[in-house]
Amino acid sequence: MLVMRGIHKGFDGTQALRGVDFSAERGEVHAIVGENGAGKSTLVKILAGAILRDAGEILLDAVAADARTPLAAHRLGIRAVYQEFSLVSHLTVAENILLGQMPSSRLPGCVDWGKAYRRADEILQSIGFVGIDVRKVVRQMSVSHQQMVEIAKAVAVRPRILILDEPSAVLSQEELDRLFALVRLLRQQGTLILYISHRLDEVFEIADRITVLKDGQLVGTVRPQEADQGQLIRMMVGRSLGEIFPSRQPSLDEVALEVKNLGRAGSFSDVSFSLHRGEVLGMSGLVGSGRTQVARCIFGAEPFDTGEVHLEGKPIHPRSPRQAVRQGIALVTEDRKRDGLVMHCTIRDNVSMASYDKLSRWGVINRRTQATQVQQKVHELDIRPPLLDRLARQLSGGNQQKLVLAKWLMTQGKILILDEPTRGVDVATKVEIYQLISDLAAGGIGILLISSELPEILGLSDRALVMREGRIVGEFKRAEASEENLLAAAAGVKQ
Amino acid sequence: MTGSSAPTPSAPAKSEGGLRAWLTGRSGGRARRRWVDYAFIVAFVVLLVITATVSDVFFTQRNLSNLGRQAVTNGLLSLGMLVVILTGGIDLSVGSVVALAAVMVSGLSKEGMALPLAILVCLVIGIAAGAGNGFFIARYKLQPFIVTLASMITIRGLVFVYSDIPITPEDPAFRAVLGGGFIGPFPISALIMLACYPIVWFFLNRMKSGRAITAIGGNEEAVRLAGISVTRHIFLAYMISGLFAAMAGVMLASRLGIAQPSVGGGFELDAIAAVVIGGGILGGGGGGAFGTLAGVAALGMIDNLLNLFNVQSYYQQIFKGVIILVAVLARRKQQ
Repeated sequence: MLVMRGIHKGFDGTQALRGVDFSAERGEVHAIVGENGAGKSTLVKILAGAILRDAGEILLDAVAADARTPLAAHRLGIRAVYQEFSLVSHLTVAENILLGQMPSSRLPGCVDWGKAYRRADEILQSIGFVGIDVRKVVRQMSVSHQQMVEIAKAVAVRPRILILDEPSAVLSQEELDRLFALVRLLRQQGTLILYISHRLDEVFEIADRITVLKDGQLVGTVRPQEADQGQLIRMMVGRSLGEIFPSRQPSLDEVALEVKNLGRAGSFSDVSFSLHRGEVLGMSGLVGSGRTQVARCIFGAEPFDTGEVHLEGKPIHPRSPRQAVRQGIALVTEDRKRDGLVMHCTIRDNVSMASYDKLSRWGVINRRTQATQVQQKVHELDIRPPLLDRLARQLSGGNQQKLVLAKWLMTQGKILILDEPTRGVDVATKVEIYQLISDLAAGGIGILLISSELPEILGLSDRALVMREGRIVGEFKRAEASEENLLAAAAGVKQ
Repeated sequence: MTGSSAPTPSAPAKSEGGLRAWLTGRSGGRARRRWVDYAFIVAFVVLLVITATVSDVFFTQRNLSNLGRQAVTNGLLSLGMLVVILTGGIDLSVGSVVALAAVMVSGLSKEGMALPLAILVCLVIGIAAGAGNGFFIARYKLQPFIVTLASMITIRGLVFVYSDIPITPEDPAFRAVLGGGFIGPFPISALIMLACYPIVWFFLNRMKSGRAITAIGGNEEAVRLAGISVTRHIFLAYMISGLFAAMAGVMLASRLGIAQPSVGGGFELDAIAAVVIGGGILGGGGGGAFGTLAGVAALGMIDNLLNLFNVQSYYQQIFKGVIILVAVLARRKQQ
């Protein structure tokens, strides 16, 4: 029924999809699995018209189905429920479900509210989602109920293809059962369901076939009866580390940062670990497992509710990033565009931004010192072009990432937290960044490396922590860590 | 960094940017030069040439000093507005602060307060008004438009409570020196206004607070995570705007020799227009002191020229509106 052939897609110089041939049948639940960045979301977003492919063709019932916008995809009967909600949060459930098709009353231009509520309720009943008040404003509902409404909205129009991108992330077990009942019902009615999930046990329960993506390519398609979870994990990760990681001496230095029972309501709890001087401590786990929040709390960007943070033996409690920076903590955030760089400012401004206090006297910046120091960092990190007055937005992704790193190297902190430091950069720059991390650790800085890329964690870390659902669920020494056991711990699979 | 290809050892730290970048305060990489980058300056020169040939009055000392004196109010207001716009905000209350300062400086001096002290009090009041705006915007993250709209209305009310009739300042020196005094051929008031421009330029480009303010408008969260207090700098920006608004009010009273409690309505819009014509971007991410000065000059000149040609003031407004639109349109692609 659905055939996608030779699908290519690149973002800012990195290839997200490299010639994927994918097909699926009517009345099938087809799971798509793979590591973060494998290209799962990109693939379904191309199908749903949310992003444009660079090359390849899509056939629906042997007819070219070229959805260039979500609206065009809707007309073809393709509906998608993404991780990010598309609900209008200040409208009611009924309005969201019936968005664009509200029943009118006899008075022209007015809405027949009674009818709208009844119809929305009928839709929810028919798919087995009971107990949701259609008059309620979406914003006031729990996240899991919002997810159910999102799904109901997509199902209400009886799509031919329903895409569910990580639908279970916010659902309780009971809600998940209801979702699965709905999925089975739709399958019976001939709908094709594309189901993306990190949770392999879930995939094995619901899927008729499982397709594995890795590095933008399709590794294979299996039936759950023919494979076990271990096999699937090997298909997802099976790659060699190659020569891209520098060799490292494990650090035996004193403790630089100690985190005890750190907790923040709704994000993570009971997180404890210690980070030594000169050590690279890896932290892996799925997106949403609370890794980023832990980092932000240590850095003072978010408050924590419980626990303690000790820096070189002394308790600290940074209430703002400003205080954390002064204590010698640096955080390279995961999304440089969102909160790493000021794009309309120059290399000079961006690199020195976190060091203005050291560079100025009476509030006046010493331009010469600033230029010298920024120039030095630009040189060290080989940022190109090495022109201080070049705007950040004019640089390539890799150079932008180096800019963020340069900013924090300039503060000469004791602790460097790196959140996805190689996201969206090319391989050559990755290798440079890996070498830099290794050099910094050798220079005595304690580095907390958060990454979704397991090879990165394995290749650089002296120890690796794994987070799952807001808790640290595993700690592995360098010798014991493998992609299989890290991924198993992150996905909650018992081995 | 080891492991990478060796970088050139003495990579030059050249400053790029040129005239446009200097005008707009954006030291702007090797952005492609397009005609539009210079269109504003070309248009300005063309305007001057046309004027010089058509009107024999424009280039008289008398007319130019008039032009300078009339531009003082907007010149000062625009500077404060620029600082606020750089943070991504807006200050609608400046017109009311102008009235407050004008009325109070006249009233206080009439009641016998020494003029320098009266002026000082007014400037402090202006800063306080700005601090009020900044407090709600920075501390409670309220929308600048709404907060300053509220204070615009509130302060206007306060002005009328203070005096609902025009006040004439008593001190003769006020009008003679500040309002109408000259140093050589140059009006003192215009010189004061012009002197503020390099100061603000220095603040924005050479001081850490200024750089922080400029950066906040581009990416507030990145600035916060760089260990800079965003709250404090937004607060500061509105205080600066309040200060310049009060200065503008004092200067206005000294020029007119009378302070109407209704004065200043709509001044905020002229200031916003000047900033935007000069390369400022509402919502932050562009704008500079000297670009703003060019915007002030352009608006002042248009008024002045149309007056010289006896164009009815209604047509002046139409003309000004079109100019603003064209200026923004011409810059559209740059954003």
